[in-house]
Amino acid sequence: MGIREIRIAGFGGQGVVLSGQIVGQAASIHDKGFATLTQSYGPEARGGSCTSEVVISDEPIGYPYVQNPNVLIILSQEAYTKYVNDLPSDTLVIIDPNLVKPDPSQNPAPLAIPATHMARELGRVVVANIIMLGYLAAVSDILSPKALKKSVLTSVPKGTEEFNAKAFELGYNYGLEHGKKSKSKADG
Amino acid sequence: MSEDGILHGTFFMNGDVACAEGAISAGCRFFAGYPITPATEVAERMSERLPHVGGVYIQMEDEIASMNAVLGASWAGVKAMTATSGPGFSLMMENLGLGVILETPCVLVNIQRAGPSTGLPTLPAQGDMMQARWGSHGSYEIIALVPSSPQEIFDLIIEAFNLSERYRVPVLVMSDEAVGHMSEKVVIPEISPENLMSRRRPDVPPEEYLPYKADGDLVPPMAIAGEGYRFHVTGLTHDEKGYPVMTAEAQDKLVRRLVDKIKLNRNDIIKCEESDVEDAEIIVCAYGITSRIARLAVQQARNEGIRAGLLRLITVWPFAEERVKELAKQVKAFIVPEINYGQIVLEVERCAAGKASTVLVPHMGGSVHTPHTILNAIKESLQ
Repeated sequence: MGIREIRIAGFGGQGVVLSGQIVGQAASIHDKGFATLTQSYGPEARGGSCTSEVVISDEPIGYPYVQNPNVLIILSQEAYTKYVNDLPSDTLVIIDPNLVKPDPSQNPAPLAIPATHMARELGRVVVANIIMLGYLAAVSDILSPKALKKSVLTSVPKGTEEFNAKAFELGYNYGLEHGKKSKSKADG
Repeated sequence: MSEDGILHGTFFMNGDVACAEGAISAGCRFFAGYPITPATEVAERMSERLPHVGGVYIQMEDEIASMNAVLGASWAGVKAMTATSGPGFSLMMENLGLGVILETPCVLVNIQRAGPSTGLPTLPAQGDMMQARWGSHGSYEIIALVPSSPQEIFDLIIEAFNLSERYRVPVLVMSDEAVGHMSEKVVIPEISPENLMSRRRPDVPPEEYLPYKADGDLVPPMAIAGEGYRFHVTGLTHDEKGYPVMTAEAQDKLVRRLVDKIKLNRNDIIKCEESDVEDAEIIVCAYGITSRIARLAVQQARNEGIRAGLLRLITVWPFAEERVKELAKQVKAFIVPEINYGQIVLEVERCAAGKASTVLVPHMGGSVHTPHTILNAIKESLQ
C-alpha cells in the first residue's frame, strides 16, 4: 500500500501521544508492517500544543516525519489553524466538533465525531482518544481494525481493558453509522 | 519480562528507552546522570528499571560528577553508563579524559541536540561528532558508535559495552534527538552470556599484579576494588604500577599504548554498512538519522539511472579510513550530508586525498535533511 501517514494534533493531556503510540504499535507489531512515531510538544505537561505523527509502510522507513498526511485527526482549534491549510485534497480530516469549529469553506468538509462528549457520557473523559481510534478504524483503511483494537488493549493500564474495548467499539460503531455517510456526503 | 527483570520480546519504543533497555541487557547495573532534554528518557527509564535488576541509579548534582561516579562504579567492577546531550557532554569532557587515562570501561551516550550552548534543546543535530573525537585534552583514541534507529541504539549499546570492556576505554554512543525520540519496533532478544564481554581480570597472584602492565594486545587486565589486588589510580602520567612518573619516557610509553590499543585493533572495532557501492561512481557517506534519508536519496538516484551508493558509518571513531581510501580510487565524488556545518566530511576529504571530490551537504540542525536535498547534491556532483 506504500507509505501512509497520520498526524494527530491537539493539546497535552488529550492522549495525543498515546494515540500515536497505539497506531504505530498496531502497524508494526500487530500488523506486519513498519511504523515510525515522532512527536512534538511544548514545555507544559498539560494544555500546551501537542502533535504525534506516524509513518506506516510495508518497507523500512527512511524519512521519519509526516510530509503529506493521509489522515489528520484534529483536537484543538489551534491545531486546526496550523495544519488544515495546504493539505492534499484526499487527506482524511477528522475533528471533534466540540473542540474545533471548521472553516465552512473547507472542501471536503471534515469528518466529525464528538469523542470527548461521548467519553464523558460513557463515564471517563480520558477514553476520548480511544473512541477516536475506534472511529479511525471504521472510516479509514490505513490499519486493520483488529490490529488497532489489539494495540489499544495492550497499551492501556491493566484492569481498564474492558472499559477501553467498550470505548473503541463505541467509536467504531459511530464511524460505521455516521463516518462513511459524512464521507460520501463530502464526496458527493 | 523474565524472572531476572530483563526484558525480552517485541516492543514499540523510543530510542531513549531502547537505549536504557540495551544497557540493562548488556549487564549495565549503574547509571549516574543529570537529566537533560532530549536524553532525559534514558535516565528516567534507568531509574525505573535498575532497581528491578539489582542495579543502582543516582541522579548526581551535575554532569561532571555523573561522569566521575560512572568511572568509580566501573572500578568497583560494575558495568556503568551515563546519558546526556550537548551542554552535559561538554561538562563530561574533562572526566572522559580521566576515563581514558585510567582505562576505565564505561559507556557515555550523547543524544545530540542543536548547539552551540543551549541551542535547540528539543531538536536534532549531529554537531558533537568532532567533540566526540577531540573533546578532552591530550592525545588519545576513543570509540564512538552512531545508531540510526531505536533497534540499532539497543544493538549498539550492547556493542558499546562489549568494546569498552574489551579495550578498557570509554565508548561513546552518538545518537541524536530524532532517533532518541522516535518510536519504532524494537526486538529485544535473550542475550546469551557468551555474547557479553567482561574485562579481563588479573591471572597472577596479587603480589605480582601490575595494574597497567599490558600484554601483546596492549590492554592490561583490570582488578576490581576490594578483591585483594593493589592498585592506584591517577590522572597523572603513570607507570605500570599506576604511580605518577613525570618524565617524557613514561608519557611516551603510556600515551602510545593508549592510542595504539585502539588504532592497531581498528579492524576489529570499525563497522560500516554498504549498499550499491560495487559499481558506484558517487557514494553518499552518512551516519545516524541522516543515513536513513541518504538511503532514500540513493534509491531515487538509482531509479534515475545514476550509479550512486551508500556508505553508512556505524563506527565513526576510529574512522573507516582504509575503506574510504579504497573507495576514493573508484568514485568521482563522496557526498557527505550531516546535521552540522562540516565535521565528518573533513575525515572523508582527508582520506579521499584528492582522488575523489568531497561534497558537504550541511544542515545547521533543528530538523533533518530531505531526501531531495541529498539527491540534488548527487546530481550536481555529476555535472
